[in-house]
Amino acid sequence: MAQVNIQSVNKVYANGFAAVKDVEVQIRDGEFVVLVGPSGCGKSTLLRMIAGLEDISSGEVAIGDRVVNDIDPAKRDIAMVFQNYALYPHMTVFDNMAYGLKNKGMKKGEIHTRITEAARMLQLDDHLTRKPRQLSGGQRQRVAMGRAIVREPKVFLFDEPLSNLDAKLRAHMRSELKELHRRLNATFVFVTHDQVEAMSLADRIVILNAGRIEQVGTPMELYHQPASLFVAEFIGSPAMNTVPLGTRLGGMLANTAGTLPAPAMTIGLRPEAILAGPAGGPGIKGHVAMAEALGAETVLHIEVPQGGTDTRLTTRVSGETRFTEGDELAITVDPSRVCWFDHEGRRIATEPATQPAPRKEPLPAE
Amino acid sequence: MTDMTTASPIAVPTARPRIRWNRVGDHAILIAGALFMLLPVLLTLTTSTFDNITIHRGGLQFAFGPDGFENYQKAMFEKGGFTKTVDGMRMMMNSLILGLGFAVGKIVISMMAAYAIVYFRFRFGTIAFWIIFTTLLLPLEVRILPSYEVVQNLGLLNTYTGLIVPLIASATGTFYFRQFFKSVPEELLEAARIDGAGPVNFFINILVPLSQTMIAAIFIIMFVYGWNQYLWPTLMTTDESMFTLVRGIKQIMQVWIGANIPDYGVAMALAIIAMTPPVLIVILFQSWFVKGLVESDK
Repeated sequence: MAQVNIQSVNKVYANGFAAVKDVEVQIRDGEFVVLVGPSGCGKSTLLRMIAGLEDISSGEVAIGDRVVNDIDPAKRDIAMVFQNYALYPHMTVFDNMAYGLKNKGMKKGEIHTRITEAARMLQLDDHLTRKPRQLSGGQRQRVAMGRAIVREPKVFLFDEPLSNLDAKLRAHMRSELKELHRRLNATFVFVTHDQVEAMSLADRIVILNAGRIEQVGTPMELYHQPASLFVAEFIGSPAMNTVPLGTRLGGMLANTAGTLPAPAMTIGLRPEAILAGPAGGPGIKGHVAMAEALGAETVLHIEVPQGGTDTRLTTRVSGETRFTEGDELAITVDPSRVCWFDHEGRRIATEPATQPAPRKEPLPAE
Repeated sequence: MTDMTTASPIAVPTARPRIRWNRVGDHAILIAGALFMLLPVLLTLTTSTFDNITIHRGGLQFAFGPDGFENYQKAMFEKGGFTKTVDGMRMMMNSLILGLGFAVGKIVISMMAAYAIVYFRFRFGTIAFWIIFTTLLLPLEVRILPSYEVVQNLGLLNTYTGLIVPLIASATGTFYFRQFFKSVPEELLEAARIDGAGPVNFFINILVPLSQTMIAAIFIIMFVYGWNQYLWPTLMTTDESMFTLVRGIKQIMQVWIGANIPDYGVAMALAIIAMTPPVLIVILFQSWFVKGLVESDK
């Protein structure tokens, strides 16, 4: 078990493209860190640099106390799970897991013990003599994890391992991964483009944009105190409402939200920060353009006709709401949940947003 | 397409299945093509069962004759040629050594060449590949004289080494293996790197087993190609005990001294014998090959 220290790491490809720019993260021992960002943000490149599959152009990666920049992937004490699993198709499940250990020159008995142990943990006991093609997607995924586990590495690296699975299996494997992390108590670095995966798995999230770190923090920090507009819009589903203050709607919302910090250019409101009330009540008038009933909650897309150019807002209300498409309503803003962003898209620290007030329950439906 | 336009979506059982004329036409063409290809072989087979005088007088025979057993026995076991030292068995063994050596040698060399081209970053790797690739355009005959010169200077005439080694370099094989290796997912290499496999280990334990179907395909092509080599063995071998089957057939027909009638029947029999192993190889490996293709899953 070990921490991973990434110090001002850069990756510049031969054609001059800089994929990772000046990244600095300290991953603590036993932590589950998720690297997240849109495609092309450099998250996979960063992971592959930790693994040693990609050269480090400048900077330093240390696993434990050892700088690993020039150390072979096999000797870095890491294990990696790939998106397409990368199982050896001609080998049985057992041989797939044993291959790396054999290469290390480990004794047969020890290999056998480790694989039996891992197979039991992953419920692969009955499949050890099968070939990968005879397994389902979820089972292949487990074999890939098993291959990582038997190495007993200091750091586990995951490169979008769940994105080839269907939605239901993905949710299941997510909980299995979490459970595995708890049981192994090892350092996990996990790459994904799916913010739900990031939120549900991570102890801490590193959110990347165009090769740079936008923010590092716990899922809740990222959700409630996004450092920038990019983070605010990336994390959370439905996404945060961000309205430039220059627009009429922006002005209306700012008036409802109360104190306006001086350099603010944009107001950001999580869907739950917008409270929907009955028509004729206090607040901004609008009507429901679309209602997505998800069961426990309903997402309302609200059209504000007087809002000028930018007129759409989303809010979430309880699933028992009586609002349906076309209904008139009035919206107010929970001032404790407002985020302000300056002209560069950086969030302006304000007192209320750092300590979000507890949500008023039940939701004001009508 | 008449049946298509009148076919109703609901299946109505009819008393007589309609004749699909376009299907009949397709099959007629296929059958005619197959017959056209098979006829010479069939004629060789039937003619090989007659004695020389009948063949000499009557030409090719369309039915089976009485002398089949005798002809085949002669072809296989009677010492022939000028020196009376070489029989069919010996020639078959020579052909087999040539075919196998040729195929195996080509596979080994071209796999290693392709491995180097695909997985190692050489400064002139791409150029090297294209140079190899352009030699595809040059048939063996173009370089046959210099090759002969080299083999002769090395004193390798009338040896298996001389017979096989100069033909082993294979642009075709290198090209096919290169394409195949390029289709192997990158992650497999990376997984192997993390698993601590060196270049040799990766090649032997991962790449070679993965290439099984490709190896089978190349083996079929190359074995048949090697077996059927005529010009090179003809130049290379003057010692009759080194003759291959393909070379031997011609030798029999050349024994036409004075009033002798050439051994037509035996020559035909030998031709049939010479044809059999490649056919067997193709049939045998084909089932294997198809199975491999169906199951392949990377």
